[in-house]
Amino acid sequence: MEVSFKILRFDPQRDARAHWEEYEVELEPTDRVLDGLEEIKGRLDGTLALRRSCAHGICGSDAMLINGRNRLACKVLVKNLKQPITIEPMRGFNVLKDLIVDMEPFFAKYRSVQPYLIEKDAPPEKERLQSQAQRERFDDTTKCILCGACTTSCPSFWSNPDYVGPAAIVQAHRFIFDSRDQGKEERLKVLNHGDGVWRCRTVFNCVEACPRGINVTRAIGEIKQALARGKV
Amino acid sequence: MAVHEFDGIIIGAGGAGLMAALQASKSAKIAVLSKLYPTRSHTGTAQGGIGAALGNLEEDHWEWHMFDTIKGGDYLVDQDAAEIMCREAVDTVYELEHMGLPFSRTPDGKIAQRPFGGHTREFGKAPVQRSCYAADRTGHMILQTLYQQCIKQGVTFFNEFHVVDLLVQDGVVCGAVAIEIATGELYTFHAKAVLFATGGSGRMYKITSNALTLTGDGMAVVYRRGIPLEDMEFFQFHPTGIYKMGILITEAARGEGGILRNNSGERFMERYAATLKDLAPRDMVSRAIYKEIREGRGIGGKDYVHLDLTHLDSKVIHAKLPDITDFVETYMGIDPVKSPIPIQPTAHYAMGGIPTNSDAEVVIDEKNTAMPGLYAAGECACVSVHGANRLGTNSLVDIIVFGRRGGKALGRFVQQAPLQPLPPDSEKATRDRIERLFESRGSESVARIREKLQAEMMDKASVFRTEGELKKMLDILRGLRQRYSNVCLQDRGRKFNMELLEAFELDHLLELSQVTVTSAMARQESRGAHAREDFPKRDDAKWLKHTLAYRDEELVSLKYKPVSITKFQPQERKY
Ligand SMILES: Cc1cc2nc3c(=O)[nH]c(=O)nc-3n(C[C@H](O)[C@H](O)[C@H](O)COP(=O)(O)OP(=O)(O)OC[C@H]3O[C@@H](n4cnc5c(N)ncnc54)[C@H](O)[C@@H]3O)c2cc1C
Ligand code: FES
Repeated sequence: MEVSFKILRFDPQRDARAHWEEYEVELEPTDRVLDGLEEIKGRLDGTLALRRSCAHGICGSDAMLINGRNRLACKVLVKNLKQPITIEPMRGFNVLKDLIVDMEPFFAKYRSVQPYLIEKDAPPEKERLQSQAQRERFDDTTKCILCGACTTSCPSFWSNPDYVGPAAIVQAHRFIFDSRDQGKEERLKVLNHGDGVWRCRTVFNCVEACPRGINVTRAIGEIKQALARGKV
Repeated sequence: MAVHEFDGIIIGAGGAGLMAALQASKSAKIAVLSKLYPTRSHTGTAQGGIGAALGNLEEDHWEWHMFDTIKGGDYLVDQDAAEIMCREAVDTVYELEHMGLPFSRTPDGKIAQRPFGGHTREFGKAPVQRSCYAADRTGHMILQTLYQQCIKQGVTFFNEFHVVDLLVQDGVVCGAVAIEIATGELYTFHAKAVLFATGGSGRMYKITSNALTLTGDGMAVVYRRGIPLEDMEFFQFHPTGIYKMGILITEAARGEGGILRNNSGERFMERYAATLKDLAPRDMVSRAIYKEIREGRGIGGKDYVHLDLTHLDSKVIHAKLPDITDFVETYMGIDPVKSPIPIQPTAHYAMGGIPTNSDAEVVIDEKNTAMPGLYAAGECACVSVHGANRLGTNSLVDIIVFGRRGGKALGRFVQQAPLQPLPPDSEKATRDRIERLFESRGSESVARIREKLQAEMMDKASVFRTEGELKKMLDILRGLRQRYSNVCLQDRGRKFNMELLEAFELDHLLELSQVTVTSAMARQESRGAHAREDFPKRDDAKWLKHTLAYRDEELVSLKYKPVSITKFQPQERKY
C-alpha cells in the first residue's frame, strides 16, 4: 500500500528552524512505522536521522511523536494509523537532529534515584529468598525500557523541566518495593520534594504513552502513599 | 587529533561488555565505548533464560550441563572451556541475583527454572529444568541489572561512540579509533588493552531475530587487522521466528509445552527426535521445519508452520510468556491463547567469532598463541563453548562467565604491561575510509546493496547448503563488493550521519559474509548448524577441527586447529 508520511525535520548544520517534509513510500500493511522510516532513509532521503536498534519494542531507542502520540516507531503498524502519518521528535528534550533528542538530562534524573540494589547485609552463599508474592509486588516497574515516552508526554514535565519525571520514579519504585532492597529511605528522600513525586498531577498521559503497559500513575501513587504513611 | 588515554577500553555495552567493565574497573582505569546507549544493547532482548545447574526444582549437575553443551555443539565444542562455563555458571547466576536481578521464583522463593531445548538429565535421558528466568525478559533484566551496577560503581562510558578501527603497533595492541556519532569527530583511544564485546552479525540475513545494529563490527574490525575468525560457517537459525519478520518467539514457549505443527496439524517433531521432540536442539528443529515446508507440508503449502500454544493454560501464557504474547498480538494480530502462531526459522546467533582462550584472550593461530592486550567476549568471540550449534540459554551464560573472566584478565594485564606508543597518524585509515565515502559520486545506495546481500545469503547460505549455491554466493559477493565501491552518500554532514555509519556496517557485513561462505564451502561435511546437502554426514576423521579464516588481500585463506576433547568422546548425535 502507498503510505504518506509527514516528518518534522531539523538539521542544525543547515536549518535555522524545524520544517515539515512529506514522503510517499510503498509498504505492506503489516509493516511498522519504523519500516516506513527505514524505507524513506534508504530510498528517498539518506539524511533522515533517528535512533533505532531492536525493531520490536525492547531496546527503547525509537520513541517519538506519531500522529500526536508518544509511541515506539517499531511497535505501531502503518495499517492502524491515519494518513499522512505525522512524525515528530519527543517533546521537552533538545532536538539534536531530526528525530534524535538529547537524552542526557533524562538519564541524569534516572541516575539521581540511585537505580541499583542497595544492600547493607552480606548476601548468602546461594540466592536470597524472595516469595512469589514479594516478587510480584514490583513486577510492573521492572518492565521499563527507559525510552522516555512517559516523561515527554507529561504536562508537569513540560512546564517544569526540573521535575524528576515519571520514568525515574518508575525506576525508584522498582527498588523501593523490592523486598531485598535496603535503600528505601534514601530513595524516598530523593523523591520527597517539590520536583519529586509531588509534582505529579495524575494526568495519566504517562500510562497512555508507556509502550510496555506499565501503570505509571499507580506506581507514583504508591510512592506518595508510602511517603504519607512514612513506611513502605 | 583528539586522544583519550586509559589502561583498558571495552568496546560494547551488552552483557559481556558490562560484566567485563564491572570487573576490570575495580583495579584499572577503564572506559566502555558503545555505539548504542548501553541499555539499548541486544542482550536486552534475550527472552528465555540463562542456563545453570542450580538444581532448584530437580536434581541437576554442571557435568550434565557440560555434556549437553558438547553434544548440542556436535562435538566441535572445546571441552576445557565448556567445563569452565558450566561450572562457573552456577556461581555467576547467584552473583546476578545478589546484584539485584529480579528472577522469577519457585514456590519456596528460590530462582525459578524451566526446561529448554537440548538440556537434559543424566546425559540425555529426559529434559531437565535448568533455564533460570525472569518471565520472558531475562535478557532485559540482565542488561538493566549490570548497567545499574555500573552506575553504582561509577564506570566511565562513552555512549554513541562507533568504533571503526583497532590500533596495533609492532604486533602489540595500543587502542582503537571511534567516531563520536553526535559530532562526527574521530577519537583515538590510547590503551594497553582492548576488549571487544560487540555482539553478533545476524544482519547478514534477511530474516533475523537480531537488531538492525548487529552488523558484526568487532569481528570485522579485528579481521581487517589480520586476526583470524573462527568457525564462521556455523550460524544458528532459531526455529521460531515470527513469519516474515523474524522476531523471536523464545524456545521457552516450547519449554512451557508449546508444540510445532504442520499443515495437517501433525506434531512433526515426533518423527525427527523421538525423545526430546519439540525440545530437540535448534539446528535439528530448523532443518525439520525446512523439510516439512519443502515436502509441501507448510501451512497452506506456504513457507511456514505453526507454533501451537492453544492447549496451554492461559494463565501460564500470561504469567510466563507475557512479552511474546504482546509481540504476537502487536505484529500479527493473533491471540496465542486462541490461535496457533505462524513461524519460520530466523537467523539468530553466530557460533563463530574472534578466537579466544578461556580468559577471553584473543588467540591468533593454530597453536592458540595469545595476542598481548587483545581480548574478546560474548557473541563476537568464539571460545569455543557452542561448537557447531549453541544450546538455548548458553549465550547468556557465555557472556556473563567469559565477560567476567575477560574483565579480570584485562585488569591483571594492564597492571604490568607498559603503554605502547601509538602508530604515527592513528586515524589515517579511518579518515581515508570516510573520505572515500564522502567523495564517491557513484550511483549505488547502502540500503539497496544490503537488501540484496541479505536476500541472497538467506537463499544460498542459511539452513541447507550445497557447493553450487555457495559458489554462486561468492560470485554475488564479488559483485556486491564492486557495487559497494560506487556507493554514494546523500548525507554529507558530520552530525549524526547515520548513513555513513550504515555504510561502515555494510562493509562489515560484506566482509563477514565472505568469510562465512568461504568457510562453509571448504567444510565438506554436515555438523550442527552447518548442513551440506552434498555431504550429509558428519566426518570426524577429516573435520573434527576448528576453521580459522584469515584475510588475504581480497580473499579468505583458511587454516585449521584441533578441538579440545577432555571428558566426552564424540558419538553419534541422537535425541
Ligand atoms: C531475540 C533474542 C533472544 C535471545 N534469547 C536468549 C536466551 O534466552 N538465552 C540466551 O542464552 N541467549 C539468548 N539470546 C542470545 C543472547 O542474547 C546474545 O547472544 C547475547 O546477549 C549477546 O551479548 P553481547 O554482550 O555479546 O552483545 P550485545 O548485547 O549484542 O551487545 C553488543 C554491544 O556492542 C556495541 N557495539 C557493537 N558494535 C559497535 C561498534 N562498532 N562500536 C562501539 N560499540 C559497538 C553495542 O552498542 C552493544 O552495546 C537471544 C538473542 C536474541 C536476538
Ligand atoms: S527499535 Fe528498539 S524499541 Fe524500537
